[in-house]
Amino acid sequence: MGKITALAAVAVLALAGCGSDDDSDGGDDNNAGSGGNALDCSAADGDGPKVGIAYDVGGQGDKSFNDAAAVGVKKAVDDLGATCTEAEATDGEAESAREDRLRQLADGGHNPILAVGFLYSEAVNKVAPDYPDISFDVVDGFDPDDEANDNVAYLGFAEEQGSFLVGVAAATKSEAGNVGFVGGVNSDLIKKFEAGFTAGAKAVNPDIEIQVKYLQESDPKGFNDPAAGKATATGMYDQGADIVYHASGGSGAGVFQAAVEAGDGKWAIGVDSDQWQTASETEQAHILTSMLKRVDVAAFDAISAVDKGEPLVSYQVYDLKVDGVGYSTSGGFVDDITGDIDGYADQIKSGEITVPTAP
Amino acid sequence: MTRLRNIAIALAAPLLAIVFSLAVTSLVIQISGGSASDFISILFSWPADRLLVNIANQTSLIYLSALAAAVGFRMNLFNIGVEGQYRMAAYAGALFAGAAFLPGALNVIGALLVAVAVGAAWAGIAGLLRVTRGVSEVISTIMLNAIAITITGYLINTYGIKAGDSRRTEAIPESSQVPGWQPFDKAAGEVWTLGLLAVIAGVSFWLVLNKTRFGFDLRATGQSESAAIASGVNSKKMTMVTLLISGGIAGLIWMPSLFGSAHYYGTTFQAGLGFTGIAVALLGRNRALPIAFAALLFAYLNEQSNRLTIEAGISVEVIQITQGIIVLAVVIAYELVRRYRLRAEEREVAQAPRPGATTEEVSA
Repeated sequence: MGKITALAAVAVLALAGCGSDDDSDGGDDNNAGSGGNALDCSAADGDGPKVGIAYDVGGQGDKSFNDAAAVGVKKAVDDLGATCTEAEATDGEAESAREDRLRQLADGGHNPILAVGFLYSEAVNKVAPDYPDISFDVVDGFDPDDEANDNVAYLGFAEEQGSFLVGVAAATKSEAGNVGFVGGVNSDLIKKFEAGFTAGAKAVNPDIEIQVKYLQESDPKGFNDPAAGKATATGMYDQGADIVYHASGGSGAGVFQAAVEAGDGKWAIGVDSDQWQTASETEQAHILTSMLKRVDVAAFDAISAVDKGEPLVSYQVYDLKVDGVGYSTSGGFVDDITGDIDGYADQIKSGEITVPTAP
Repeated sequence: MTRLRNIAIALAAPLLAIVFSLAVTSLVIQISGGSASDFISILFSWPADRLLVNIANQTSLIYLSALAAAVGFRMNLFNIGVEGQYRMAAYAGALFAGAAFLPGALNVIGALLVAVAVGAAWAGIAGLLRVTRGVSEVISTIMLNAIAITITGYLINTYGIKAGDSRRTEAIPESSQVPGWQPFDKAAGEVWTLGLLAVIAGVSFWLVLNKTRFGFDLRATGQSESAAIASGVNSKKMTMVTLLISGGIAGLIWMPSLFGSAHYYGTTFQAGLGFTGIAVALLGRNRALPIAFAALLFAYLNEQSNRLTIEAGISVEVIQITQGIIVLAVVIAYELVRRYRLRAEEREVAQAPRPGATTEEVSA
């Protein structure tokens, strides 16, 4: 019987283990101050669009890009009188479960339906043709086949442009001429962050040394592993880097800790949201800036487009021109160089500089 | 009579575990501000057509995974590595089928063989380590899980086809896709034909374990290794073969989904089934038929969970709580039943008239 009990313990641990196996799309963390005024769908009763939101794993309150989408919906509730229904993915769920979630929202008469995360791409592609009157929007999504859907929009971001700007900031502020990049998972999405950061840093200082490390090859746990983030960043500071940029979601907490422990003059750069806002006081002194990925802007955009009767379709890119990406100035550490950074931003907007999307 | 009573007791244990688990989950929901009555009423309402289809499909995958785990468990071999084995096999199978070396149905059979071989080989590494170096298979299979996810990740990132910001393998040619059975309308989807693999595997599992010399050796080794060795069982060979079989079954886990709907290995790959299988095998006491019911139960709970959030605003995670508690509760329930039976037997033996006993002794 002892063995069976041990086995039960293993089984329960295994079930719990897959609970931590965060399937989030990556690099997305604490979006713009969603702490105090969370979205409450049960309290929304306007006569605006009826929004269905299908979150990725974690749902609202994940301090990640689910929350960012919720901020956008909250804005629609406040400004457009939207109502909303939330649904949420679980770990290791079947593809059919994703489809079913979208169908339930569609059957419930929701329009638009926001699917948060590229993992919904295939499911939306299957479901959307059955609901031609409903607009679907997939954050970070893509069309998996050649047949275009005229009721689906893919909300993409020019992460490389925002990363370029924080790369400029890093290279300008670095005294050691040595900076680091920590990616959560070695995927094409996160490589966009690396490519932009590297290009930005080299634009300022062609001789700068850039250390690049990814926490995981493909395991999504790389976005939820602060210990690995800390160990990796500490290694970079030990190797002479004085600024480390992370695109590793929840693992970034470890990167901030590493910066604090590395001491004065060592900095970290946040990602996706203004992470200075949600950091502790000791960490704030080490967060130089953050790369902003405005999922909330895209989400609100998609809802208001439906409200106006002109739903978004096809690929929508949120780049510097539309403030879809950017950098934060909280803490005031980059106030003296905003002129330089904005100069590069203008060059990107005008097309003078084309930022690479792959390293 | 005793036989009937024994069956009733055996059924009572899991049922009690389920009731207990639902009660605890309801309590958790009520405390956290949700509505327990919503939870119960949604959970027990008849699923929509497409959910029925999904439940059937998921049951076949979970069942295969549980069988893979159960083969090892019956021999006291804890193959925790089903997760890594089926991931490697799924990737290899999808790669082979996508390359289309063979036409039509041959391609399907070829890919299934590749998947079984790769799953078995991945488990075989743990087997070799155990047999030659005495490395605990629990440790090595857990490590191999991590290695599998890294290897498949590296291969797909390096050689995969770009799809948006993700990667996938080549799609299986249409001639090799296996159409399913469509019981309702088109939107409800199809029941995967290769789900029948689960039935075949289940029947074979029962036959091999209960009707063959190998099965007897396996069970004997599981109950007492020293006794089995004394009676001439080669325990090293048994360990190796059992792990290979376990890994081979694991290799099949994702195949119904691959040929029935996914058609390539990419974002639609369903991770985590290997761990679900361990819990389900335990719930079904490693027996072929009970595992099927356990798999059905887990699939049912998983598929009903979407409605919880959408209709009642209850977090989907409560389903994981329910499943976890069922597994824990059922272990306790089985133990209680075992003791009850033991006592009942003792009582019967005590009451049975001893040859030559006087009436006074019997009534005492």
